[in-house]
Amino acid sequence: MSSVVGSPAHDGAASARSAAASALQASRQRMHAKRKRVNAIALTLSLAAMAFGVFWLIWILVETVRLGIGGMTLSLFTQMTPPPQAEDGGLANAIFGSITMVGLATLLGTPIGILAGIYLAEYGQKSWLGSITRFINDILLAAPSIVIGLFIYSVVVARMKTFSGFAGVLALALIVIPVVIRTTENMLALIPNALREAAYALGTPKWKVIMTVTLKAARAGVITGVLLALARIAGETAPLLFTALSNQFWSSSLGDPMASLPVTIFKFAMSPYENWQKLAWAGVFLITLGVLALNILARTFLRNKH
Amino acid sequence: MDVKVDMPVTEKIKLSVRNLNFYYNNFHALKNINLDIPENKVTAFIGPSGCGKSTLLRTFNRMFELYPEQRAEGEILLDGENILTSKDDVSLIRAKVGMVFQKPTPFPMSIYDNIAFGVKLFETLPRIEMDERVEWALKKAALWNEVKDKLDQSGSGLSGGQQQRLCIARGIAIKPEVLLLDEPCSALDPISTGKIEELIHELKTDYTVVIVTHNMQQAARSSDYTAYMYLGDLIEFGPTNDVFMKPKKKDTEDYITGRFG
Repeated sequence: MSSVVGSPAHDGAASARSAAASALQASRQRMHAKRKRVNAIALTLSLAAMAFGVFWLIWILVETVRLGIGGMTLSLFTQMTPPPQAEDGGLANAIFGSITMVGLATLLGTPIGILAGIYLAEYGQKSWLGSITRFINDILLAAPSIVIGLFIYSVVVARMKTFSGFAGVLALALIVIPVVIRTTENMLALIPNALREAAYALGTPKWKVIMTVTLKAARAGVITGVLLALARIAGETAPLLFTALSNQFWSSSLGDPMASLPVTIFKFAMSPYENWQKLAWAGVFLITLGVLALNILARTFLRNKH
Repeated sequence: MDVKVDMPVTEKIKLSVRNLNFYYNNFHALKNINLDIPENKVTAFIGPSGCGKSTLLRTFNRMFELYPEQRAEGEILLDGENILTSKDDVSLIRAKVGMVFQKPTPFPMSIYDNIAFGVKLFETLPRIEMDERVEWALKKAALWNEVKDKLDQSGSGLSGGQQQRLCIARGIAIKPEVLLLDEPCSALDPISTGKIEELIHELKTDYTVVIVTHNMQQAARSSDYTAYMYLGDLIEFGPTNDVFMKPKKKDTEDYITGRFG
């Protein structure tokens, strides 16, 4: 067909072009098929890993509900921890102790954590003091909670010569602080500098920029951090073992040993007595439910941000 | 660089820049800038990215001071007083010299509070007067009709163009004398841009406006004076018509006709 208009030289060039084009096409097909294979393998592996994780998680939840839901009676919330092999009894003192200590530790740790986080994000980004604080905070964040428990034991319990709810609060607060510092700093760092500049451009003093603009813009993230810290200490056992210890009876005095859900679970679950084991499962169910509720709350806060 | 400022003698000068040098650490970003900005006019800074036009703008309210590695040497005279060495607190200077940024930056609060925020820093107004001030500022920024029924809603719920007008309203609510606009339309669509340009035209009856823009048409349309900058030098400054119609320097001509580079 091309012989009508085209010279042989033109024909040669055209066929070379089309040969190159079909080679390119074949290469594309080959690479595309390869990418699809790699994608299928990667996707399978990642789905398998997810299924593996979720499997155990769901199993834990099912067991918790199966063994714990039977203990959900009114007496669980009204009666004290019973002696072994007693007929009834509840976890009222442990629930009260947990709520008290976790609540006070959060109240104590949150302002300190937020203020330190503000310092790190807004004042000490590049200063040596900021770098050192950040480094120490990272260590504290990763410290095993039993270390914190032993620390409070040696500086508070050993000196006061008694285990106390107060010591428990301090130990839990020491776990809350680094978490809140880290989230506050991270959330403030996410706020674009343009927003800060806009506030300064109106003649706003620095403290006011932070309190009314930056911190406010980051509040959803900061609240989420506090809630996650709260969820974490709600289940901590080790720092309470050496500090608040436990208490078989109702005690609202922070100067005395105080019962808590995790320590009670620890004690009751290890015992050979059936009524204690049943209460331990009820406690596990309660804590799981509480932590779940806190996580859902934290998620709602984060979602409302946008 | 020797620049002859060619402007009518009758023009009153609001802001004078004298022998201004600016450094980011050791980088010399502005080189001996001399410039007079006339009162109640719109002055545009144009030039390629990195030429120093935003840097120059940010010296007028000492915004650069937020960053310790930046420093300015020379004089910036606001009504004859050097703001770089002024004993006044920087907040008071910023109350006189307002600024609007490239990206709209509504504060995380209601539309009403966005405007009232700056006013409350310098004035204690009874509620009714504050209401009037908020309405006045929003009307000035041509936003009132769009937001008057939702003043208690969050400022971030507005469209980009509305947010930018909110920022302008916030800036003028504290009644500054100079308004600095740092590429105020670069994140906006043409319709919002048109509204802001109209607004700039309105604003110059009350304020001295300085605008940094990448958009040559915008500079030509909305400014009375234009400064062309390149690599930290002020190449040419004069009435916008002259700079665009008969530029004195070849560099300027190349840039505005698109033959740059």
